[in-house]
Amino acid sequence: MDSCNCIEPQWPPDDLLMKYQYISDFFIALAYFSIPLELIYFVKKSAVFPYRWVLVQFGAFIVLCGATHLINLWTSTMHSRTVAMVMTTAKVFTAAVSCITALLLVHIIPDLLSVKTREMFLKNKAAELDREMGLIRTQEETGRHVRMLTHEIRSTLDRHTILKTTLVELGRTLALEECALWMPTRAGLELQLSYTLRQQNPVGYTVPIHLPVINQVFSSSHAVKISPNCPVASIHPSGKYTPGEVVAVRVPLLHLSDFQINDWPELSTKRYALMVLMLPLDSARQWRVHELELVEVVADQVAVALSHAAILEESMRARDLLMEQNVALDMARREAETAIRARNDFLAVMNHEMRTPMHAIIALSSLLQETELTPEQRLMVETILKSSNLLSTLINDVLDLSRLEDGSLQLDLGTFNLYAVFKEVLNLIKPIVSVKKLHVSLNLAPDLPEYAVGDEKRLMQTILNVVGNAVKFSKDGSISITAFVAKAELLRDSQTSEFFPVPGDNHFYLRVQVKDSGIGVSPQDIPKLFTKFAQTQSTATRNSGGTGLGLAICKRFVNLMEGHIWIESEGLGKGCTAIFMVKLGIPERLNEPELAFMPKVPPNHGPTAFPGLKVLVMDENGVSRKVTKGLLVHLGCDVTMVSSSEECLRVVSNEHKVVFMDACVPGMDGYEIAVRIHEKFTKRHERPIIVALTGNTDKVTKENCMRVGMDGVILKPVSLDKMRSVLSDLLEHRVLFEAI
Amino acid sequence: MEVVQIQRRLVDYTKSLFMEGFLDGQFLQLQQLQDESNPDFVVEVVSLFFDDSEKLLNELTIALDQPNVDFKKVDGHVHQLKGSSSSIGAQRVKNVCIAFRNFCEVQNIEGCLTCLQQVKQEYYLVKNKLETLFRLEQQIVASGGSIPMIEMGF
Repeated sequence: MDSCNCIEPQWPPDDLLMKYQYISDFFIALAYFSIPLELIYFVKKSAVFPYRWVLVQFGAFIVLCGATHLINLWTSTMHSRTVAMVMTTAKVFTAAVSCITALLLVHIIPDLLSVKTREMFLKNKAAELDREMGLIRTQEETGRHVRMLTHEIRSTLDRHTILKTTLVELGRTLALEECALWMPTRAGLELQLSYTLRQQNPVGYTVPIHLPVINQVFSSSHAVKISPNCPVASIHPSGKYTPGEVVAVRVPLLHLSDFQINDWPELSTKRYALMVLMLPLDSARQWRVHELELVEVVADQVAVALSHAAILEESMRARDLLMEQNVALDMARREAETAIRARNDFLAVMNHEMRTPMHAIIALSSLLQETELTPEQRLMVETILKSSNLLSTLINDVLDLSRLEDGSLQLDLGTFNLYAVFKEVLNLIKPIVSVKKLHVSLNLAPDLPEYAVGDEKRLMQTILNVVGNAVKFSKDGSISITAFVAKAELLRDSQTSEFFPVPGDNHFYLRVQVKDSGIGVSPQDIPKLFTKFAQTQSTATRNSGGTGLGLAICKRFVNLMEGHIWIESEGLGKGCTAIFMVKLGIPERLNEPELAFMPKVPPNHGPTAFPGLKVLVMDENGVSRKVTKGLLVHLGCDVTMVSSSEECLRVVSNEHKVVFMDACVPGMDGYEIAVRIHEKFTKRHERPIIVALTGNTDKVTKENCMRVGMDGVILKPVSLDKMRSVLSDLLEHRVLFEAI
Repeated sequence: MEVVQIQRRLVDYTKSLFMEGFLDGQFLQLQQLQDESNPDFVVEVVSLFFDDSEKLLNELTIALDQPNVDFKKVDGHVHQLKGSSSSIGAQRVKNVCIAFRNFCEVQNIEGCLTCLQQVKQEYYLVKNKLETLFRLEQQIVASGGSIPMIEMGF
């Protein structure tokens, strides 16, 4: 039969089947419509899905399929042409879309699959990074450990603590089984086990230092893995366990003297210690790079810490030594001071005690000489006198010398006649010279000033000593004394290389040469000449007497006068020349006397040396007062006497030229009176000269008098001559302080 | 007696005084001060010394007799005595005074009393001697001679 284009007629008997078909189609359509909706919904949510087009296509495909199935609902029954048309269109579209989709999927599905692989890959990567992260963290921890370890090591300066701490901390940080330190012995030929971690008292294992494995470690600055069987590593009996890996590293032992900043430590060290580290037994742990680095760093730090400890020890030792020396020096100084004080006390006592009896002996012997004596007696007395004079001189010399050494001797400067000094010296040696039949000549240069400022007494003493020596040591021949002003050219003498006198305006250098033709001095003895008590051993000098002090004293005097003294001699038997130079001042032109109406009368021995001089005498003691008055009256003064300080102040006027007062007056102090007089007379020419008479011979009194403004101090008792000279000095210079 | 002999006796006596240490150079100074304008200088000074010393010795005896000795006062008196004796040259008296002062400083009563005894002794001795001396001088002057100057060699 020819089927027309119409749809097949309904089948009434297959109603149930139809129904099921309807339902299934309906649900299929429903699913087909909802799936794209779901897809769209979730894709919208995800927002990363890259294949939207695919989705659209898929959506379209599913929708169309759904539509087809939906339309099927109508086509199972009688349906119109429109429905058929719709159905056909739908089917056509569906077909088209499906085919396109199918084609596209070919392209898309591999992409989707590759996404998965990438994901896998990324996961692996992430796992790897995690692992590495873990490693880095471990390293950082070890780094922290190193820092802490270093801090521990460096926080102490005690050698043992440093080393012990190192081992303990290393053991802890690296979880070691055993850690040991081998130090080189003193001889440097062996390594001795000094410190271990676990064993308490390492019994002195020693290992010779020149083992190949040790050399290998020492020659590298890195930690070196060594075999657990080598002698340095077999400290811990491992027994049946497999020993862990062992590493050894060198620890440079820096010596103070070796420390060179730029080349540290390669060139500076000569000795190494060996640190051996053992991992736990029976573990599969391996030495890792960062652990080895840690060990190397620690080894270096230990080296530095040890060197610091060594430096500290050294400096502490030096300080202790210095302290000891300090204490010893202090003690020595105190002893010296005590000795000096003892000597000064002794001298002070002997000063007085020795001079007094000497004075008595000399005085009475000279008195004895005046009496009638038999010739033998006279000879005896003369000998006594000579010996006592010698002794007196010796005592004076010794006392002088000690004062010189003390530095308490000061020159008594004054203007004096230089020519007269030389003449006096000649006079003094004339007797001996004539006895010995020596010929003495004196040459004074024409440009030598007649007057000079200096210490006349001591200059004379020096010249006398030098000339005296010349005379003493010459049996015959001649002695020549020359004196002249030292010129600049002559000052560059070979002998005076360290002495550069500079002539100036108000001073000059006197140069004196004493040449003799006597026994001379051998060149090696010349330096000894000026030392105290040292005499050349020749019998000639022994017989000539003398103590050997003379030249030493002269040298001191000459030094005080800022000069230089030396002796030249060509040898024994060839005579000798003594030369000295001293600095003397040039006196100013003599001033006009201040008191114009007081004529400068040269001191004569007439009774009226000071006619009409108004003088005030204050003394509480009647007898002394009378005596002083007698003295002054004898000298022609007009004397007023007062017996108390109040009276003195009342009576004193500007007519009185001089006031003599007893220094120790009870009631108002003598010093106070001086002050009051100063206050009373403010103008200098109105004020009388104030002089203190005192029986005290100490410096303190003199200083006190000077301090309160007294013009002079005189020692009681005063002789007539002394009073005369005192008054003339006072009136000329207005000041007089007797050398007490 | 002849003047020359008396003069010789005077010289010897004076010398002996010096040798025995009763007098020292200060006495000579006093003699030098004696001249025509001051003919009795020495006698005057020495008499003054005698008066002063008697007074001082009395004071000293009283002061040292006290139950509580005032050493400062004693020292003051001794100082005066020392000054006077040294001014006229009474050497031994002066020396005892020095020792006396030392005892005063350490406040030693026994020492002071001993010294007082000594001082009195010395004083009477020297007084005696000086009076003898003056008597000789008076004899010389009375006989028309002149008092010889003693030259001492020191």
